[in-house]
Amino acid sequence: MAFSAFAPSTVSEQAPRRKSRVALLLLLPGILYLLLFFLVPLLSLILTSLQAPTVSGDIGQYRTAFEWQNYSTAIGQYGGQILRSFVYAVLATVFALLFSYPLAYFIGVKARPYPLLQNLALILVIAPFFISFLLRTLAWKQLLSDESAIVTGLKALALLAPDAHVTGTPVAVVFGLTYNFIPFMTLPLYASLERLDLRYLEAGNDLYATPFSTFLRVTIPLSMPGIVSGVLLTFIPAAGDYVNASREFLGGTGTTMIGNVIESNFLVSLNYPAAAAMSVMLMVAILILVTIYVRRSGTEDLL
Amino acid sequence: MPLPLSADPTVKQLVSLARQSQISRRAVLSGASLAAVGLSVAACSSSATGGQAKPSAAADGSASDKTLVWANWPGYLDQDENKKSPTLDAFRTQSGLDVTYDVAIDDNNTYYGKVKDQLALGQDIGADLVCLTDWMIGRLIRFGYVQKLDETKIPNKKNLTPTLQNPDFDPGRTLSLPWQGGFAGICWNKEKIPGGLKSVSDLWNPKYKGRIGVLTEMRDTIGLIMLENGVDIASKWNDDAFMNATDDFKKHVVSGQIRNVKGNAYLEDLKSEDTIAAICWSGDITTLNGEAGNKWEFAIPSAGATLWNDNYVVPIGSKRKSNAESLMNYYYEPEVAAEIAAYVNYITPVVGAQAVAAAKYPELANNQLIFPNTDTLAKAHIFRTLSPAEENTYNAAFQAVLLGS
Repeated sequence: MAFSAFAPSTVSEQAPRRKSRVALLLLLPGILYLLLFFLVPLLSLILTSLQAPTVSGDIGQYRTAFEWQNYSTAIGQYGGQILRSFVYAVLATVFALLFSYPLAYFIGVKARPYPLLQNLALILVIAPFFISFLLRTLAWKQLLSDESAIVTGLKALALLAPDAHVTGTPVAVVFGLTYNFIPFMTLPLYASLERLDLRYLEAGNDLYATPFSTFLRVTIPLSMPGIVSGVLLTFIPAAGDYVNASREFLGGTGTTMIGNVIESNFLVSLNYPAAAAMSVMLMVAILILVTIYVRRSGTEDLL
Repeated sequence: MPLPLSADPTVKQLVSLARQSQISRRAVLSGASLAAVGLSVAACSSSATGGQAKPSAAADGSASDKTLVWANWPGYLDQDENKKSPTLDAFRTQSGLDVTYDVAIDDNNTYYGKVKDQLALGQDIGADLVCLTDWMIGRLIRFGYVQKLDETKIPNKKNLTPTLQNPDFDPGRTLSLPWQGGFAGICWNKEKIPGGLKSVSDLWNPKYKGRIGVLTEMRDTIGLIMLENGVDIASKWNDDAFMNATDDFKKHVVSGQIRNVKGNAYLEDLKSEDTIAAICWSGDITTLNGEAGNKWEFAIPSAGATLWNDNYVVPIGSKRKSNAESLMNYYYEPEVAAEIAAYVNYITPVVGAQAVAAAKYPELANNQLIFPNTDTLAKAHIFRTLSPAEENTYNAAFQAVLLGS
């Protein structure tokens, strides 16, 4: 549902009402795909989340049950990590928006007379995708390590306490999330700013609006579809991300996010019900938050 | 009228090759359909049977199938300049087997997660020989996921070090054989800590706050802390002994003394100097010094080190057990084992390898981390096998610290 926000905001013409077998036939592959690769795994996930340990109690052995307490146990044990995931994701989304909006505005509006510059800038935004995101995150771990130029430099300038470090801290994790998701924010913003009709801005100017108030009352509302889709594209994966916060990358034992809890329960403790319960909760929580956000931002008509 | 077979040997060979490819194509097809059925069965039955029913071993087709897939950890086999293994190439020529060496394992848990569903159904996991750590082998044996080895096909088993012949998870070594072993101890950066470290408690010196790394391998990290607390980790200790050590560990994680808890990646932290001292594995430090300047030193802590082994097993679904056994037998030749030990810097379980290495690599023969003498071995302890309930509880407690909950 939310992703229809990418569609052009102009209302498309009403499709012909006539029932078409061809249309149904064309839909069939998509429906089958969703059934097989979304609905079946989702059901299996929900069933797993309700399993109980077998009598033997051996590691990784579970039986079908209706153990709804798996959910309350998971919240009790990992409530802090769940909350932290959303705090980090919100922070990363806000930072990404603050970085991306000027960038997208520059590329989409200011650089409009210079197509070559515009294309080059767009390529630069997309360029990081040419390298695996795991490698880029590992590179940041190296760049932010204790003996790196960045950290020793900050310490020399007394911007960082002499015994402070960056990797393994919330700062590093939020930084990593922001860095990795900036292109997902910039591109939809660019797509909507690129279509911004500059005559509206002129009109604002003619009506004696200050540039700031034109920006606030004209530019932002017109780029709202881009903001909404950029925020969704950043927030949803960031909340479930388990790479940046992983101890092997930028995180530490104090920065664990829900994705890391799921990974650890699934792979190491072999506690499949707990891992599945956390996954279901993550999904539901994101759905609720996104619904609230979309309603609040007054963009239901976009969806 | 059937065509007479050509007498030309080349043509004969081609015909037989063509037949082989037919067979393998059929095998692949049936394998694919089996796998599909298996997946659907796995989806329905994994919870129903609760994993209690043990799978049965696949029939051995080694007589006709001269291939073998060996899954192992990175950096665990000798290598020449061309990235080829001289010992394995010699085995290929000698045995005529087509051996695929697959560096597929970088973590016991991840590898187990990848293959456990096939193992539970007794299916081929795409490897005929896998090397995993003691405790994981214990789990595989408990669930009946490995095949019994035929001693008559591994005569060199007589070369197995006596201390490793009767581990509690496999008395008499009927199902597994050690590949390499090593110590978990402490190491430090000689430039940053010129005085060196003596015990695990030295790691908790406030001077090194935030610069200490420890391992995600529970039995090594908690094992060393338990030893420091005076617990003999090989004996039948109780829950308190484990939980006390876990509390100590948690205290240093929460206080920030311990910078991070990592698997193999702890070496990167040592290199980047995020950590200047760590709980680490013996062979890695020798290798690291070779790669990145002679900067680190490893020591067995005063209270003792943990000793672990990675062991070969033949997974239950493998159809090439005899081939696997002949490879194990080959690597139990002292001459071959000496080559491996000299390259990987871990402890070989093969008696006689030291004598061979002493002649060929005199500088290695007295390295206590590769060829430990009885004094050194007396300081090394094997973490006892846990009961299923213990494995569950302790894992959860240890993971809770790693997740900060």
